[in-house]
Amino acid sequence: MDKYRNNPDAVKALVRDDKVHRDIYIDPEIFDLEMEHFFRNVWMFLGHDSQIPNPGDYYTANIGGEPVIMSRHTDGTVKVMHNRCPHKGAKVVTDELGNTGKFFRCPYHAWTFKTDGTMLAVPFKQGYEKTDFHECEAGKGLVPVKNVKVYRGFVFVKMSDHGPGFEEYFGDSLSSIDNMCDRSPVGEVEVAGGTLRYLHNTNWKQFVDNLHDTCHPMVTHESAAGTARELWAGQPEDAVKPMAVELVWPFMNGYEWFDGMGIKLYENGHSYTGVNFSIHSAYSDIPEYTEAMEKAYGKERAEAILKEARHNTAYYPNMTIKGAIQAMRVARPISVDKTVIESWTFRLKGAPDKLLERTCMYTRLINAPTAVVGHDDLYMYRNIQEGLESQANDWVSLHRLHQEGEAEAVAKGPVVLNGTSEGSMRHQYRTWAKFMTMSMQGDKK
Amino acid sequence: MSWQPTEQDLIKFVVREARTLDEKRYDDWWEMFAEDGYYWVPLKRGQTDRWTHTSLMHEDKLLLKLRVERLKKPRAFSQHPESFCHHVLQTPEVESMDHGANAYRVRTEYMYTEIRADDKFVTAGTMYYDLRVVDGALKIVLKRVDMLDCEAPLPSIQLFQ
Repeated sequence: MDKYRNNPDAVKALVRDDKVHRDIYIDPEIFDLEMEHFFRNVWMFLGHDSQIPNPGDYYTANIGGEPVIMSRHTDGTVKVMHNRCPHKGAKVVTDELGNTGKFFRCPYHAWTFKTDGTMLAVPFKQGYEKTDFHECEAGKGLVPVKNVKVYRGFVFVKMSDHGPGFEEYFGDSLSSIDNMCDRSPVGEVEVAGGTLRYLHNTNWKQFVDNLHDTCHPMVTHESAAGTARELWAGQPEDAVKPMAVELVWPFMNGYEWFDGMGIKLYENGHSYTGVNFSIHSAYSDIPEYTEAMEKAYGKERAEAILKEARHNTAYYPNMTIKGAIQAMRVARPISVDKTVIESWTFRLKGAPDKLLERTCMYTRLINAPTAVVGHDDLYMYRNIQEGLESQANDWVSLHRLHQEGEAEAVAKGPVVLNGTSEGSMRHQYRTWAKFMTMSMQGDKK
Repeated sequence: MSWQPTEQDLIKFVVREARTLDEKRYDDWWEMFAEDGYYWVPLKRGQTDRWTHTSLMHEDKLLLKLRVERLKKPRAFSQHPESFCHHVLQTPEVESMDHGANAYRVRTEYMYTEIRADDKFVTAGTMYYDLRVVDGALKIVLKRVDMLDCEAPLPSIQLFQ
């Protein structure tokens, strides 16, 4: 039944100032409309240019249900195009990562394309001479993704021509990517250490909601973080905690602590927790790293870079980074109740291996399908997915620390909230409604 | 002269280790590891780097203790309802025995099933055991689990392969 198709007013009505309707998580029609509208109108993280250092290198992924190729063209630039042969529609490459040489060659009929996707050659070309081939889409090569931006190596795409350009869309929230890169003595990061992929039998929004849900760790993660504290009990105050204990420890901090952490909101749904401090603030020093940073930046600037310990920065909608620990997660929506959460790790170029080791351990303990912490998160998301089938209550509460006039305040510039506010979720859903409906028929705005 | 295991002792040890997991006797299982022992499930096929490449699991005895103790907690929410697992092993094969170096290596092909409520996860692969004798008993120095689908998106795997 088309309850929401061509009905932007009905979609907008799912989001209220302090609550959202359960259909946004469980209705397959809403998910289909997200694929047709929402995910095409926003800037989505695709990949990182360090994955494709050499001409002919490529990385394949799926953006909002569409297969795309990110490639390093012969001129050294990054190109993104649809992974769809203009002939019959076959994907021209199927490996996740590879090098295609000087051109892509479709494995079905050997049509070839340059590494920017433009047509190179078609076998038996006389067969096309007296046809419309050269004038129509079939003769134009792989369709380029028009809106592509590489920001400090991070490759973002926007599939449609609706919505704002890259700088306007992300604004000053890009300072979190800057901080992560600046933590390298040479100012650059590279993808390293592998990507964990965790299959969630839930809607993608469960994961995004949870990023800034600072009132769940001490409840949901009691069995993991509480046990870590028990195992460490009786140790002297100044004893150096093993890395594993140090990483899991802060999840049991109290409400006041999380409240004081602070949340900063930027327009278009972006936000980060940890304005004042975060769970990543109290990690042990790695002296040779501090030395390398001071040598590269000078003492004052190095201290300023390292003092920023932002927790999660959510680049709405599909990516979140932890600059202080060089970890990133990417949500890849598959269906209304299926999402793959990728956990990426980065090497700070010019920094000791110990940092990457810590990043790898963090992501393994917290976010892997085999994690000690993450199981309880996914358990909760799935509970929500099933609980929302109840017809007794259509609404999901986002009331915590709600204030009148929030939307107007963020539109004027970044806003800082108490760390326990659900304001980031309210902000995300306002953004969701805007980008979901901006390309829907019947809405001319 | 200290006790030296026979080939049959090594095979029995591996079979018993899997059964200990299937019977959820985690304290006993934890005791089967040497003090410097590791349980490792690589993320990448043929992975050799355990430190600067992420793994699905790479647990020293402290981390294993954390998991084992967590599973006992009533507020280990993801264990409501609880998970169960089952191993099917091929007859373990002793790859090397070096009494002088006190180093033994055994491998076995396996199939692993983990269930929770109506959900079922099945995988297969090869497990490698590096063992040594400590105080007259075999202990695990490294258990490496090479899953066939280690590189695929995986659901929650909550117990131990």
